Amino acid sequence: MTQWIAACGVDDVDEEDVLPFQHDGVDYAIYRSPDDTFYATAGHCTHERELLCDGLVMDRVIECPKHNGRFDYATGKALGAPALVDLRTYPVKVENDTIYIGV
Amino acid sequence: MKELMRRSDGPATRDTVLWLGGMLVFGAFGVAFWGSWFAVPFFLAYGVLYGSASDSRWHECGHGTAFKTRWKNDVVYQIASFMMMRDPTTWRWSHTRHHTDTLIVGRDPEIVAMRPARLARILGNLFGLVDVPVALRLMVIHACGRLTAEEQTYVPESERRKVFTTARIWVGMYLATAAACVLTGSLLPVVLIGGPRIYGTFMHLIYGLTQHAGMGENVLDHRLNTRTVHMNRLNRFLYWNMNYHVEHHMFPMVPYYRLPELHEEIKHDLAPAYPGLWAAYKEIVPAVLRQLKDQTYYVRRGLPEGAAPLHPVSDGRAVLTERSAVA
Ligand code: FES
Repeated sequence: MTQWIAACGVDDVDEEDVLPFQHDGVDYAIYRSPDDTFYATAGHCTHERELLCDGLVMDRVIECPKHNGRFDYATGKALGAPALVDLRTYPVKVENDTIYIGV
Repeated sequence: MKELMRRSDGPATRDTVLWLGGMLVFGAFGVAFWGSWFAVPFFLAYGVLYGSASDSRWHECGHGTAFKTRWKNDVVYQIASFMMMRDPTTWRWSHTRHHTDTLIVGRDPEIVAMRPARLARILGNLFGLVDVPVALRLMVIHACGRLTAEEQTYVPESERRKVFTTARIWVGMYLATAAACVLTGSLLPVVLIGGPRIYGTFMHLIYGLTQHAGMGENVLDHRLNTRTVHMNRLNRFLYWNMNYHVEHHMFPMVPYYRLPELHEEIKHDLAPAYPGLWAAYKEIVPAVLRQLKDQTYYVRRGLPEGAAPLHPVSDGRAVLTERSAVA
Protein backbone atom coordinates (compact mmCIF):
# COMPACT_ATOMS: atom_id res chain seq x y z
CA MET A 1 0.00 0.00 0.00
CA THR A 2 1.39 3.38 -1.05
CA GLN A 3 2.44 5.65 1.76
CA TRP A 4 2.42 9.32 0.74
CA ILE A 5 5.26 11.38 2.17
CA ALA A 6 5.35 15.18 2.02
CA ALA A 7 8.69 15.91 0.38
CA CYS A 8 8.82 19.63 -0.34
CA GLY A 9 6.90 22.62 -1.62
CA VAL A 10 6.39 23.11 -5.34
CA ASP A 11 8.51 26.24 -5.26
CA ASP A 12 11.45 24.36 -3.78
CA VAL A 13 12.19 22.73 -7.13
CA ASP A 14 13.18 25.01 -9.97
CA GLU A 15 11.85 24.39 -13.44
CA GLU A 16 13.99 21.81 -15.28
CA ASP A 17 15.85 20.95 -12.10
CA VAL A 18 16.18 18.29 -9.42
CA LEU A 19 16.03 18.34 -5.63
CA PRO A 20 17.31 15.74 -3.16
CA PHE A 21 14.98 14.31 -0.54
CA GLN A 22 15.68 11.82 2.22
CA HIS A 23 13.18 9.69 4.07
CA ASP A 24 13.91 6.81 6.43
CA GLY A 25 17.55 6.87 5.39
CA VAL A 26 16.65 6.46 1.72
CA ASP A 27 17.63 9.06 -0.91
CA TYR A 28 15.14 10.23 -3.52
CA ALA A 29 15.40 12.74 -6.34
CA ILE A 30 12.45 15.00 -7.16
CA TYR A 31 12.26 16.59 -10.61
CA ARG A 32 10.33 19.42 -12.17
CA SER A 33 10.07 19.10 -15.92
CA PRO A 34 9.99 22.06 -18.34
CA ASP A 35 6.22 21.54 -18.70
CA ASP A 36 5.85 21.89 -14.92
CA THR A 37 5.19 18.28 -14.02
CA PHE A 38 6.81 16.67 -10.98
CA TYR A 39 8.47 13.26 -10.89
CA ALA A 40 10.45 11.24 -8.35
CA THR A 41 13.10 8.57 -8.70
CA ALA A 42 15.62 6.79 -6.54
CA GLY A 43 18.26 9.24 -5.39
CA HIS A 44 21.30 7.33 -6.64
CA CYS A 45 22.54 6.51 -10.11
CA THR A 46 22.32 2.80 -10.85
CA HIS A 47 25.86 2.77 -12.22
CA GLU A 48 28.04 3.68 -9.24
CA ARG A 49 25.52 5.08 -6.76
CA GLU A 50 26.32 8.73 -7.37
CA LEU A 51 23.71 11.17 -6.03
CA LEU A 52 21.60 12.32 -8.96
CA CYS A 53 20.61 15.57 -7.28
CA ASP A 54 24.01 16.96 -8.33
CA GLY A 55 23.23 16.09 -11.94
CA LEU A 56 21.81 18.08 -14.80
CA VAL A 57 18.19 18.02 -15.91
CA MET A 58 17.66 18.49 -19.64
CA ASP A 59 14.06 18.20 -20.80
CA ARG A 60 13.01 14.77 -19.51
CA VAL A 61 16.52 13.51 -18.92
CA ILE A 62 18.66 13.51 -15.80
CA GLU A 63 22.39 13.26 -16.43
CA CYS A 64 24.48 11.74 -13.66
CA PRO A 65 27.32 14.01 -12.54
CA LYS A 66 29.92 11.30 -12.36
CA HIS A 67 30.12 9.62 -15.78
CA ASN A 68 27.30 11.41 -17.58
CA GLY A 69 24.99 8.37 -17.52
CA ARG A 70 21.49 9.44 -18.55
CA PHE A 71 18.01 8.41 -17.50
CA ASP A 72 14.50 9.37 -18.50
CA TYR A 73 13.36 10.48 -15.06
CA ALA A 74 9.69 10.12 -15.95
CA THR A 75 10.00 6.40 -16.72
CA GLY A 76 13.34 5.64 -15.03
CA LYS A 77 14.67 4.20 -18.28
CA ALA A 78 18.46 4.10 -18.58
CA LEU A 79 19.41 5.73 -21.88
CA GLY A 80 22.80 4.17 -22.59
CA ALA A 81 26.25 3.32 -21.28
CA PRO A 82 27.39 3.63 -18.60
CA ALA A 83 23.82 3.79 -17.30
CA LEU A 84 22.42 0.35 -18.16
CA VAL A 85 20.06 -0.39 -15.27
CA ASP A 86 16.79 1.53 -15.07
CA LEU A 87 16.12 3.88 -12.17
CA ARG A 88 13.31 3.14 -9.78
CA THR A 89 10.51 5.70 -10.06
CA TYR A 90 7.91 6.73 -7.48
CA PRO A 91 4.44 8.18 -7.91
CA VAL A 92 4.07 11.88 -7.17
CA LYS A 93 1.04 13.99 -6.30
CA VAL A 94 0.73 17.69 -5.59
CA GLU A 95 -1.71 18.95 -3.00
CA ASN A 96 -1.88 22.47 -1.62
CA ASP A 97 1.45 23.34 -3.20
CA THR A 98 3.12 20.40 -1.47
CA ILE A 99 4.77 17.56 -3.35
CA TYR A 100 4.09 14.09 -2.01
CA ILE A 101 5.89 10.98 -3.14
CA GLY A 102 4.45 7.52 -2.79
CA VAL A 103 6.89 5.07 -1.23
CA MET B 1 27.16 25.94 -11.61
CA LYS B 2 24.18 24.41 -13.35
CA GLU B 3 24.24 27.34 -15.73
CA LEU B 4 27.74 26.34 -16.84
CA MET B 5 26.58 22.78 -17.45
CA ARG B 6 23.85 23.81 -19.90
CA ARG B 7 24.43 22.49 -23.40
CA SER B 8 23.78 23.94 -26.79
CA ASP B 9 24.50 22.54 -30.24
CA GLY B 10 26.00 25.74 -31.65
CA PRO B 11 29.69 25.70 -30.61
CA ALA B 12 30.25 22.00 -31.28
CA THR B 13 28.44 22.16 -34.63
CA ARG B 14 30.61 25.08 -35.72
CA ASP B 15 33.78 23.32 -34.53
CA THR B 16 32.79 20.05 -36.19
CA VAL B 17 32.17 21.78 -39.50
CA LEU B 18 35.60 23.43 -39.20
CA TRP B 19 37.24 20.13 -38.22
CA LEU B 20 35.71 17.89 -40.91
CA GLY B 21 35.61 20.72 -43.45
CA GLY B 22 39.29 21.38 -42.78
CA MET B 23 40.07 17.73 -43.38
CA LEU B 24 38.15 17.82 -46.62
CA VAL B 25 39.94 20.91 -47.91
CA PHE B 26 43.46 19.94 -46.77
CA GLY B 27 42.90 16.36 -47.94
CA ALA B 28 41.74 17.57 -51.36
CA PHE B 29 44.84 19.76 -51.77
CA GLY B 30 47.01 16.89 -50.56
CA VAL B 31 45.50 14.60 -53.18
CA ALA B 32 45.86 17.28 -55.87
CA PHE B 33 49.55 17.70 -55.10
CA TRP B 34 50.16 13.99 -54.50
CA GLY B 35 53.61 13.05 -55.74
CA SER B 36 55.14 16.46 -55.08
CA TRP B 37 56.54 18.03 -51.91
CA PHE B 38 53.71 20.56 -51.99
CA ALA B 39 51.47 17.81 -50.67
CA VAL B 40 53.41 17.58 -47.40
CA PRO B 41 52.02 20.62 -45.52
CA PHE B 42 48.48 19.77 -46.62
CA PHE B 43 48.77 16.20 -45.40
CA LEU B 44 50.38 17.44 -42.20
CA ALA B 45 47.34 19.61 -41.52
CA TYR B 46 44.99 16.81 -42.61
CA GLY B 47 46.88 14.34 -40.44
CA VAL B 48 46.77 16.51 -37.31
CA LEU B 49 43.03 17.07 -37.73
CA TYR B 50 42.55 13.32 -38.21
CA GLY B 51 45.11 11.79 -35.84
CA SER B 52 45.25 14.43 -33.08
CA ALA B 53 42.09 16.57 -33.04
CA SER B 54 39.95 13.43 -33.12
CA ASP B 55 41.21 12.56 -29.66
CA SER B 56 39.43 15.46 -27.97
CA ARG B 57 36.29 14.96 -30.12
CA TRP B 58 36.27 11.34 -29.05
CA HIS B 59 36.67 12.43 -25.46
CA GLU B 60 34.01 15.13 -25.32
CA CYS B 61 31.43 13.24 -27.33
CA GLY B 62 32.11 10.16 -25.20
CA HIS B 63 31.06 12.23 -22.21
CA GLY B 64 28.07 13.34 -24.25
CA THR B 65 28.69 16.96 -23.35
CA ALA B 66 29.75 18.52 -26.65
CA PHE B 67 26.30 18.72 -28.26
CA LYS B 68 22.93 19.17 -26.67
CA THR B 69 21.43 16.74 -29.17
CA ARG B 70 22.29 13.21 -28.21
CA TRP B 71 22.57 11.70 -31.68
CA LYS B 72 25.07 14.36 -32.73
CA ASN B 73 27.34 13.37 -29.84
CA ASP B 74 26.97 9.74 -30.87
CA VAL B 75 27.76 10.34 -34.55
CA VAL B 76 30.87 12.42 -33.85
CA TYR B 77 31.92 9.90 -31.19
CA GLN B 78 31.78 7.07 -33.74
CA ILE B 79 33.73 9.04 -36.37
CA ALA B 80 36.40 10.14 -33.88
CA SER B 81 36.68 6.62 -32.42
CA PHE B 82 37.34 5.24 -35.88
CA MET B 83 40.00 7.82 -36.60
CA MET B 84 41.71 7.25 -33.24
CA MET B 85 41.39 3.45 -33.70
CA ARG B 86 39.63 3.14 -30.36
CA ASP B 87 36.74 0.79 -30.09
CA PRO B 88 33.87 3.10 -29.07
CA THR B 89 32.47 0.67 -26.51
CA THR B 90 35.56 -0.63 -24.71
CA TRP B 91 37.03 2.85 -24.59
CA ARG B 92 33.85 4.34 -23.21
CA TRP B 93 34.09 1.92 -20.32
CA SER B 94 37.81 2.36 -19.81
CA HIS B 95 37.29 6.11 -19.70
CA THR B 96 34.49 5.67 -17.18
CA ARG B 97 36.95 3.84 -14.98
CA HIS B 98 39.52 6.59 -15.59
CA HIS B 99 37.08 9.09 -14.10
CA THR B 100 36.27 6.88 -11.13
CA ASP B 101 39.87 5.93 -10.38
CA THR B 102 41.99 8.70 -11.90
CA LEU B 103 45.68 7.72 -11.56
CA ILE B 104 44.79 4.97 -9.09
CA VAL B 105 47.41 2.37 -9.85
CA GLY B 106 45.93 -0.96 -10.87
CA ARG B 107 42.50 0.59 -11.54
CA ASP B 108 42.96 3.41 -14.06
CA PRO B 109 43.46 1.82 -17.50
CA GLU B 110 44.39 5.18 -19.09
CA ILE B 111 47.53 6.25 -17.21
CA VAL B 112 49.86 7.44 -19.97
CA ALA B 113 53.05 8.04 -18.01
CA MET B 114 53.35 5.49 -15.23
CA ARG B 115 56.06 5.61 -12.57
CA PRO B 116 58.57 4.87 -13.93
CA ALA B 117 57.43 5.97 -17.37
CA ARG B 118 57.99 3.68 -20.32
CA LEU B 119 59.84 6.35 -22.23
CA ALA B 120 60.37 4.39 -25.43
CA ARG B 121 56.66 3.71 -25.56
CA ILE B 122 55.75 7.37 -25.07
CA LEU B 123 58.23 8.55 -27.69
CA GLY B 124 57.18 5.83 -30.13
CA ASN B 125 53.58 6.84 -29.69
CA LEU B 126 54.32 10.30 -31.02
CA PHE B 127 53.96 8.35 -34.27
CA GLY B 128 51.52 5.74 -33.03
CA LEU B 129 54.21 3.08 -33.11
CA VAL B 130 52.79 1.24 -30.12
CA ASP B 131 49.18 2.40 -30.15
CA VAL B 132 48.48 1.49 -33.77
CA PRO B 133 49.77 -2.12 -33.69
CA VAL B 134 48.00 -2.61 -30.35
CA ALA B 135 44.78 -1.17 -31.79
CA LEU B 136 45.00 -3.39 -34.88
CA ARG B 137 45.65 -6.45 -32.74
CA LEU B 138 42.67 -5.63 -30.50
CA MET B 139 40.52 -5.06 -33.59
CA VAL B 140 41.30 -8.57 -34.80
CA ILE B 141 40.70 -10.06 -31.33
CA HIS B 142 37.36 -8.27 -31.12
CA ALA B 143 36.44 -9.23 -34.67
CA CYS B 144 36.99 -12.85 -33.60
CA GLY B 145 34.40 -12.33 -30.85
CA ARG B 146 36.77 -12.05 -27.89
CA LEU B 147 37.86 -9.44 -25.34
CA THR B 148 41.16 -9.29 -23.49
CA ALA B 149 41.23 -10.30 -19.82
CA GLU B 150 41.56 -6.66 -18.76
CA GLU B 151 38.68 -5.51 -20.96
CA GLN B 152 36.51 -8.19 -19.41
CA THR B 153 36.97 -6.46 -16.04
CA TYR B 154 35.26 -3.26 -17.18
CA VAL B 155 33.07 -4.01 -20.21
CA PRO B 156 29.70 -5.41 -19.09
CA GLU B 157 28.44 -8.57 -20.77
CA SER B 158 25.50 -6.77 -22.37
CA GLU B 159 27.82 -4.37 -24.22
CA ARG B 160 30.17 -6.89 -25.76
CA ARG B 161 28.25 -7.67 -28.92
CA LYS B 162 28.65 -4.03 -29.98
CA VAL B 163 32.42 -4.37 -29.64
CA PHE B 164 32.52 -7.39 -31.95
CA THR B 165 30.25 -5.84 -34.57
CA THR B 166 32.25 -2.59 -34.70
CA ALA B 167 35.53 -4.49 -35.01
CA ARG B 168 34.21 -6.53 -37.96
CA ILE B 169 33.10 -3.38 -39.77
CA TRP B 170 36.42 -1.65 -39.12
CA VAL B 171 38.49 -4.65 -40.22
CA GLY B 172 36.46 -4.57 -43.45
CA MET B 173 37.19 -0.87 -43.91
CA TYR B 174 40.93 -1.26 -43.34
CA LEU B 175 41.09 -4.29 -45.64
CA ALA B 176 39.30 -2.26 -48.31
CA THR B 177 41.86 0.54 -47.83
CA ALA B 178 44.74 -1.91 -48.15
CA ALA B 179 43.14 -3.44 -51.25
CA ALA B 180 42.77 0.04 -52.77
CA CYS B 181 46.52 0.59 -52.23
CA VAL B 182 47.33 -2.66 -53.99
CA LEU B 183 44.92 -2.05 -56.86
CA THR B 184 46.05 1.52 -57.49
CA GLY B 185 49.71 0.80 -56.78
CA SER B 186 49.71 3.88 -54.53
CA LEU B 187 49.94 4.61 -50.82
CA LEU B 188 47.43 7.43 -51.15
CA PRO B 189 44.46 5.46 -49.75
CA VAL B 190 46.33 4.65 -46.54
CA VAL B 191 47.66 8.20 -46.27
CA LEU B 192 44.01 9.27 -46.21
CA ILE B 193 42.59 6.47 -44.06
CA GLY B 194 44.45 5.03 -41.08
CA GLY B 195 47.85 6.57 -41.91
CA PRO B 196 47.15 9.87 -40.11
CA ARG B 197 46.96 7.88 -36.87
CA ILE B 198 50.71 7.51 -37.42
CA TYR B 199 51.93 10.68 -39.11
CA GLY B 200 49.44 13.12 -37.59
CA THR B 201 49.04 11.88 -34.05
CA PHE B 202 51.96 13.61 -32.31
CA MET B 203 49.91 16.61 -31.16
CA HIS B 204 47.42 14.47 -29.30
CA LEU B 205 50.25 13.05 -27.23
CA ILE B 206 51.85 16.45 -26.69
CA TYR B 207 48.56 17.77 -25.37
CA GLY B 208 47.62 14.61 -23.50
CA LEU B 209 50.83 14.23 -21.55
CA THR B 210 50.23 17.59 -19.89
CA GLN B 211 47.16 16.19 -18.16
CA HIS B 212 48.75 14.04 -15.47
CA ALA B 213 52.36 13.10 -16.37
CA GLY B 214 54.73 13.29 -13.40
CA MET B 215 51.91 14.02 -10.96
CA GLY B 216 50.99 12.05 -7.85
CA GLU B 217 49.25 8.74 -8.23
CA ASN B 218 46.56 7.49 -5.85
CA VAL B 219 45.40 11.03 -5.07
CA LEU B 220 41.70 11.75 -4.74
CA ASP B 221 41.86 15.53 -5.08
CA HIS B 222 42.14 16.10 -8.82
CA ARG B 223 43.54 19.56 -8.25
CA LEU B 224 46.71 17.83 -7.09
CA ASN B 225 47.17 15.24 -9.82
CA THR B 226 45.96 17.10 -12.92
CA ARG B 227 47.23 20.14 -14.82
CA THR B 228 45.49 23.08 -16.37
CA VAL B 229 47.69 24.63 -19.05
CA HIS B 230 46.93 27.85 -20.90
CA MET B 231 47.06 27.38 -24.68
CA ASN B 232 46.56 29.53 -27.76
CA ARG B 233 43.35 29.50 -29.80
CA LEU B 234 44.56 27.01 -32.39
CA ASN B 235 45.65 24.51 -29.76
CA ARG B 236 42.43 25.00 -27.87
CA PHE B 237 40.47 24.35 -31.06
CA LEU B 238 42.44 21.18 -31.77
CA TYR B 239 42.23 20.07 -28.16
CA TRP B 240 38.69 21.27 -27.52
CA ASN B 241 39.70 23.13 -24.35
CA MET B 242 40.87 19.98 -22.60
CA ASN B 243 43.83 22.06 -21.47
CA TYR B 244 41.41 23.07 -18.68
CA HIS B 245 41.85 19.59 -17.41
CA VAL B 246 41.57 20.15 -13.67
CA GLU B 247 38.22 21.80 -14.30
CA HIS B 248 37.13 18.95 -16.58
CA HIS B 249 37.94 16.32 -13.96
CA MET B 250 36.21 18.23 -11.22
CA PHE B 251 33.09 18.97 -13.23
CA PRO B 252 32.85 16.52 -16.16
CA MET B 253 29.35 17.76 -16.99
CA VAL B 254 30.53 21.17 -18.08
CA PRO B 255 30.85 21.23 -21.89
CA TYR B 256 34.25 22.10 -23.35
CA TYR B 257 33.18 25.52 -24.57
CA ARG B 258 32.26 26.63 -21.03
CA LEU B 259 35.50 25.44 -19.41
CA PRO B 260 37.27 28.83 -19.73
CA GLU B 261 34.41 30.41 -17.78
CA LEU B 262 34.53 27.64 -15.21
CA HIS B 263 38.25 28.20 -14.85
CA GLU B 264 37.65 31.87 -14.08
CA GLU B 265 35.01 30.93 -11.50
CA ILE B 266 37.10 28.47 -9.51
CA LYS B 267 40.72 29.39 -10.14
CA HIS B 268 41.08 30.81 -6.63
CA ASP B 269 40.62 27.26 -5.35
CA LEU B 270 43.16 25.70 -7.73
CA ALA B 271 46.91 25.55 -7.95
CA PRO B 272 48.06 28.15 -10.49
CA ALA B 273 47.57 27.13 -14.12
CA TYR B 274 50.68 26.66 -16.27
CA PRO B 275 51.19 29.61 -18.61
CA GLY B 276 51.84 27.41 -21.66
CA LEU B 277 52.96 24.09 -23.08
CA TRP B 278 56.58 25.08 -22.64
CA ALA B 279 56.11 25.74 -18.91
CA ALA B 280 54.28 22.43 -18.49
CA TYR B 281 57.02 20.47 -20.27
CA LYS B 282 59.72 22.23 -18.26
CA GLU B 283 58.16 20.42 -15.31
CA ILE B 284 57.10 17.19 -16.98
CA VAL B 285 60.37 16.20 -18.65
CA PRO B 286 62.60 16.44 -15.56
CA ALA B 287 59.89 14.88 -13.38
CA VAL B 288 59.41 11.88 -15.65
CA LEU B 289 63.19 11.46 -16.05
CA ARG B 290 63.68 11.64 -12.30
CA GLN B 291 60.96 9.06 -11.76
CA LEU B 292 63.01 6.63 -13.84
CA LYS B 293 65.45 6.50 -10.93
CA ASP B 294 63.29 7.55 -8.01
CA GLN B 295 59.81 6.15 -8.16
CA THR B 296 58.73 7.89 -4.99
CA TYR B 297 59.14 11.29 -6.64
CA TYR B 298 56.17 13.17 -8.05
CA VAL B 299 55.25 16.77 -8.71
CA ARG B 300 53.68 18.29 -5.63
CA ARG B 301 51.22 21.05 -6.22
CA GLY B 302 50.18 23.43 -3.53
CA LEU B 303 46.69 24.86 -3.32
CA PRO B 304 46.31 28.57 -2.63
CA GLU B 305 45.82 29.75 0.92
CA GLY B 306 42.19 29.27 1.93
CA ALA B 307 41.34 27.01 -1.02
CA ALA B 308 38.16 25.04 -0.48
CA PRO B 309 38.75 21.54 0.84
CA LEU B 310 37.48 18.43 -0.87
CA HIS B 311 33.89 17.57 -0.18
CA PRO B 312 33.96 15.27 2.85
CA VAL B 313 31.93 12.57 1.12
CA SER B 314 33.82 12.79 -2.14
CA ASP B 315 34.23 9.47 -3.85
CA GLY B 316 37.18 10.52 -5.92
CA ARG B 317 36.04 13.54 -7.83
CA ALA B 318 37.39 16.75 -6.49
CA VAL B 319 34.17 18.38 -5.38
CA LEU B 320 34.56 21.63 -3.54
CA THR B 321 32.53 22.59 -0.52
CA GLU B 322 30.14 25.51 -0.23
CA ARG B 323 32.99 28.02 0.01
CA SER B 324 33.59 27.65 -3.69
CA ALA B 325 32.52 30.62 -5.72
CA VAL B 326 30.48 28.46 -8.08
CA ALA B 327 26.88 28.91 -7.15
S1 FES C 1 27.79 6.88 -11.40
FE1 FES C 1 26.26 7.64 -12.66
S2 FES C 1 26.99 7.30 -14.63
FE2 FES C 1 28.51 6.46 -13.38
